[in-house]
Amino acid sequence: MVMVKEHDVRELEDVVIKFVGDSGDGMQLTGTLFSEVAAHSGNDLATFPDFPAEIRAPHNTIAGVSGFQMHIGKRKIYTPGDMCDVLVAMNPASLKANLKWAKPGATLLIDSSAFEEKAIGKAGYSDNPLEDGSLDDYHVIKAPVTERTRESLDDLGVDKRLAERTKNMFVLGMIFYLFGREMEKPLALIKKKFRDKPKVVLANQTALKAGYNFAEAMEETKVTFKVDPAPMDKGLYRNITGNVATAWGLLAAAERSGRPLFLGSYPITPATEILMELANHKSLGVKVFQAEDEIAGICSAIGASFSGSMGVTTTSGPGLSLKSEALGLAVITELPLVVVNVQRAGPSTGMPTKSEQSDLMQALFGRNGECPLMVMAASSSANCFHYAYLASKYAMEHMTPVILLTDGYLGFGSELFKIPDVNELPPINPPMADPNDPKFKPYRRDEKTLVRKWAAPGSEGLRHRVGGLEKTNIDGNVSTDPLNHQLMVNIREEKIGRIADYIPLLEVHGDPEGDLLVVGWGGTEGALASTVGRMQKKGHKISHVQFNFIKPLPKNTREVLSGFKKIVVCELNGGQFVNYLRMLLPEFKYQQFNKVQGLPFHVQELTDRFTKLLEE
Amino acid sequence: MIMYKKVAKSPVELSKQDFVSDQMVKWCPGCGAHAILAAVANVFPRIGYRKENFAMVSGIGCSSRFPYYVDTFGFHGIHGRAAAIASGLKIANPGLSVWVATGDGDSMAIGGNHFIHVLRRNIDINILLFNNQIYGLTKGQFSPTTPLGAVTKTSPHGTIEHPFTVSGLVMGAQGTFFARVPDNNIKLMSDVIYEAAKHDGTSVVEILQNCIIYADKVHEPVTTRDMREERQLFLKHGEPMIFGKNRDKGIMLTGNSLEVVEIGKNGINEDDLLVHDMYTKNPSIHRMTGWMKAPDFPVAMGVIRAAPADSYDGLMERQIETAKKNSKIQSVNDLLRSGDTWEK
Repeated sequence: MVMVKEHDVRELEDVVIKFVGDSGDGMQLTGTLFSEVAAHSGNDLATFPDFPAEIRAPHNTIAGVSGFQMHIGKRKIYTPGDMCDVLVAMNPASLKANLKWAKPGATLLIDSSAFEEKAIGKAGYSDNPLEDGSLDDYHVIKAPVTERTRESLDDLGVDKRLAERTKNMFVLGMIFYLFGREMEKPLALIKKKFRDKPKVVLANQTALKAGYNFAEAMEETKVTFKVDPAPMDKGLYRNITGNVATAWGLLAAAERSGRPLFLGSYPITPATEILMELANHKSLGVKVFQAEDEIAGICSAIGASFSGSMGVTTTSGPGLSLKSEALGLAVITELPLVVVNVQRAGPSTGMPTKSEQSDLMQALFGRNGECPLMVMAASSSANCFHYAYLASKYAMEHMTPVILLTDGYLGFGSELFKIPDVNELPPINPPMADPNDPKFKPYRRDEKTLVRKWAAPGSEGLRHRVGGLEKTNIDGNVSTDPLNHQLMVNIREEKIGRIADYIPLLEVHGDPEGDLLVVGWGGTEGALASTVGRMQKKGHKISHVQFNFIKPLPKNTREVLSGFKKIVVCELNGGQFVNYLRMLLPEFKYQQFNKVQGLPFHVQELTDRFTKLLEE
Repeated sequence: MIMYKKVAKSPVELSKQDFVSDQMVKWCPGCGAHAILAAVANVFPRIGYRKENFAMVSGIGCSSRFPYYVDTFGFHGIHGRAAAIASGLKIANPGLSVWVATGDGDSMAIGGNHFIHVLRRNIDINILLFNNQIYGLTKGQFSPTTPLGAVTKTSPHGTIEHPFTVSGLVMGAQGTFFARVPDNNIKLMSDVIYEAAKHDGTSVVEILQNCIIYADKVHEPVTTRDMREERQLFLKHGEPMIFGKNRDKGIMLTGNSLEVVEIGKNGINEDDLLVHDMYTKNPSIHRMTGWMKAPDFPVAMGVIRAAPADSYDGLMERQIETAKKNSKIQSVNDLLRSGDTWEK
């Protein structure tokens, strides 16, 4: 006789789930599958993988813990979430490392078969946390996952190794039960993922179903959760990471501008996915050159830009340092170039898989000479597409290098992306020189924008030379004339300044006047927007602006800042943007809130700080 | 192997004057670079491409002023990076004939990494390497090709560095084309540059160039007119390696090394000599030929190696053509809508 347990369904507005285990336990895949299923059933979501730099650190150690966090909701989801409601831990080390991120009373789903004496010791526990009462404040679901997975696969004749590797699907099955999800979609996704390996498909599907059934029969799962679909604009959607969105934005810009895309790059965490993604799309004509070093990455891209292609290089902080000299070359030759810097924690090698915003000053000023270029920042995983597209547009239309700052948090994280029609994106009109134009001179400029013409080798009547030596304006001959140098320095600065006429104005979220203006730039948008949104609901006179354009600043920046009694600039660095604002707009008094821990802002710490500022 | 020479031919016959720029040439009087400029202007019309399809790229140094003096598209880059810039230029537009003017400091020192990797990839660019064994533009410091013990401004007690042999580095990096010429033989230089242009892949032409100010006469033991027949071996594909004023000496392969022999002595005749095969893929003999140094050996001049191999840019074009033919994704809209999407 089957015992029917009493069943209670709890409705949630949003929920944060984190899968943690040993690297190699398949936590990334587990998380990705769950988020795809959630997205399909209509939830809004944001995800973030949290993994060590080591590929396979020693088994069962804290160093080897890999995680995947997701935040799903029936409302707009801005961030992957601070603390989790559900923590799935596959071994003692992952529990130890992540319990601090679980909310009080959170549900802990734990593979009890992994809690053997040796593993418990390796994690640094003196006693078994499943038995010593230390988890009493949580809702603990203990399941002998490893054991049960093996049992469920007994009849299939799969080897022990494969059985070991499908325990993540067993756990995922349990989670699907807990969240009342249909199994059709995940089963299909597994089939697609392992399509060439029927045995692996069968093992994973079997484990998934076994996990679901196991959870259904358990007493501890009598409460399950329900997260209804979120209201969203009509349209076609997909889940996308920031790095893939960046790659696709570049492809879209190349297509719309008619300029072939050339990427010269060197692998570096956390930017490598852009290089890998573009290498996949030769059918769109993109030429991807994996260079011998960062310098060759940017120099090859400059060579390609000189040829009339859309030259791009992608990197992270240490790579940007190596590219500094060549950036100056792109500035003085006035060629278009897009440099994507997926920022990570520095200095030096720093913490490659951890995110930070500490390359802003480097992007703005890290070159010899007076060397202005455009600096932009994406602010969500999905809008990396938009800003990569715009970075390319401004680079080509204004004949300048553009540094686009994203970060590891945006690059690795994912969210829902409303798929645009490429033909409806803003047009891109590169200033190509006409063959045999008798008026052509390398540095003759458009009066309004100060932009020179782009004359591709191969075009008749346009032979000319550019290079790293200072040139005379208009004619482009080598010159050390003092007044000409002053003129060229002024023009290069002014040319970037005038881009402000072509970028969108700064948008205030909330009232244009109030007690406190929260200022952020780039990847902190989600945390700042959700914090300010909540505080606005409570009646505080607080507003938020997020800068995507940093050099030049939007033209209404001064006007926006002047509407508030207090301004607080929040950044994941020591205070770089706030000092830039102090330099450009010294008439305002700026407070600052900085965090340099390789972690994103949490809503709670922001709320505390803003509340205090409002009270002071 | 695929041949991807896509550079358009000139519809009209061009002359030397078509490639002379309006800029004042600012090299020192007597500098070997003048001869290189003359040879290039001579040979570009003979190569026959449209003049708009030539692009000249350089790094930093005396050699690197070259692009200003040839009327082509030109790019004067930064120190050591010409090969990387030229790589991007050629890959982006294989329809260009891309040339790099560089020196021993620019390519052997600061640009060493790009130099070896462009060779390994076999990108179809032509590198003119002005080897004057000194840093000229910074006024007389030793370079990676300065002979051991040479006194320069930064080696007042003589260098304690073993120099690179350019050919050795090229072969070590699996280069497919290497030639060497002295700067006082414009005829040979023109011929060799012509061969370099024809080669599908990276070509390196080492020019033994005299720096009249800081390293005057360093190549003289080899290049001076009265010694040239004795100290230079002019290579011709398919012909035995013979040299000397009286053409009575030759190079023979003995065991696994080369040996200078006298023709007619000890029963040795022309048939015993090594026959030059510049097209063989096996680099062993090319390495030894390039390595020969005065005074024990004549220095090999002309094309030492021109081995056929796929070029990077050619392979790239082929991959793109194949992908375009076979992929379902023909536009970015296709890509955006590929894989897992859903309607709201």
